[in-house]
Amino acid sequence: MAKDVAIIGVGQSAFVRGYEGSIRELAFEAFREAMADAGITVKDIDASVICSAPEYDKQRSPSGLIAEYLGLNPQPTFCLETICSSSSMGLRAGYSLIKSGLHDIVVVLGFQKMSEISSADSQERMGRGADIMWESPFGTMMPAYYAMHARAHFARYGTTEKDLALIRVKSAKYGALNEKAVYRKGLNLEQVLTSEYISTPLKKFDCCANADGASCLILARAEKAKEISQKPVWILGLGAASAPMTLTGREDLTGLSCAREAARQAYAMAGVGPKDIDVAEVHDCFTIAELMAYEDLGFAEPGKGAELIREGETYVEGRIPVNVDGGLLSKGHPIGATGGSQIRTIVLQLRGEAGPVQVKGAEIGLVHNIGGVGIYGAVTILGR
Amino acid sequence: MGFEKFGRISFTAQTKVAAFVDHLERGEVVASRCTQCGARYFPPRADCYRCLSDKVVLEPIQGTGRLVSFTTANYAPTGFEADVPYTLAMAEFDGLKVFGRMSKEVPEQELAVGLPVRLKVVRMPDGQLSYEFVKA
Repeated sequence: MAKDVAIIGVGQSAFVRGYEGSIRELAFEAFREAMADAGITVKDIDASVICSAPEYDKQRSPSGLIAEYLGLNPQPTFCLETICSSSSMGLRAGYSLIKSGLHDIVVVLGFQKMSEISSADSQERMGRGADIMWESPFGTMMPAYYAMHARAHFARYGTTEKDLALIRVKSAKYGALNEKAVYRKGLNLEQVLTSEYISTPLKKFDCCANADGASCLILARAEKAKEISQKPVWILGLGAASAPMTLTGREDLTGLSCAREAARQAYAMAGVGPKDIDVAEVHDCFTIAELMAYEDLGFAEPGKGAELIREGETYVEGRIPVNVDGGLLSKGHPIGATGGSQIRTIVLQLRGEAGPVQVKGAEIGLVHNIGGVGIYGAVTILGR
Repeated sequence: MGFEKFGRISFTAQTKVAAFVDHLERGEVVASRCTQCGARYFPPRADCYRCLSDKVVLEPIQGTGRLVSFTTANYAPTGFEADVPYTLAMAEFDGLKVFGRMSKEVPEQELAVGLPVRLKVVRMPDGQLSYEFVKA
């Protein structure tokens, strides 16, 4: 288990509907918090990786603008995009920049101001995050694609709408405790089950909340990390994979192959297995996505994911706590910022700074972040 | 040019497999087959990534497929609002998976994973061409 690169600072803006400021100011909120957390100044930083899905940005080439506003000139900067997994891939890029010897300290800044464009335009652009030649002409959207995965899972394994609703009830419980979450109301089973269908069998409360937000991670080479930080959290395992964008190219719809492959790589690199994970953040853009993640990550056998939530095993006090910060479902999903926010949650857990949702004695944590409908998969394993 | 006639709204005008639309005009939904290594693809491709050949032919997908999954969308992206609700589906025909819409003629309560379906070409009032799944 190599400890070569550490996370020495984390920050996140509040995730909100309709942020009252520009993207540069939104990014700065996360940056300010991460810099204070790390206790460094802009002069200490060697490079920045800016993560965003630019179809939501009016600003072209946002890395130039963001780096300038953060005071990170003349250091190199570039933009990284894999839709919803952009900032986990940003972490991978930052890790590589440090491990290669090019840089000592790198900032990974993810942001998205989803409210820059209308909700309908947002859905249309999301639909074009699929194959625009062969699938978008039918009127596809993210909820429909995940709904098709849910239907396939139901048919093969007998999973039910109620199982999915239980996942949302959990996320709502924890979202209510998270001061930075966009959706802070608790939800009971009946409220989730009686909400309107968006794309059958997924209902309104099976879908994550849209939000504007930013996240920031500061990475450092081991020697620097030990010198600067009292509480470095180490990047122990990194996995990344892709799968066909066109749904017809997928083997099956009951899981995401990119997640399985990324998990395999991350576990191998870290030298740990699913049973060693004390706390996890998974990409629950829809309830079915969290359920598939249980299985794709090996927390449950294929087809047995529903048992975990039925038995409460993914609550804070359970066998494998998952998304105890409210997840994307309640915390919100500002595309480019999401992975960084998930990583921040696990860093706080491993430091013992997670407040009311602290998992006692958490030593190893995992982050599962997916781009599009299983096009890009990133799994990151962190440890104290 | 030519491919802009495919689907409710096409986002692509130019492709080397634009003849797909000519086949729709004749009532056929086609897949591609590589004449060098025999690999079959849907959606059709102009290039075979297995053997790198560009010698492909387009052949009709025939017979009965089985529904792999489906969903009825109650919301639609910009430009598709008038169609709501509509059912998106994927079916497998002899090893080839096809993505498309389910015919509105099939009652929702009859939809089920595994349902036998076949492909039917449809012409929209504005002249756009597409295909949908109907009960076999």
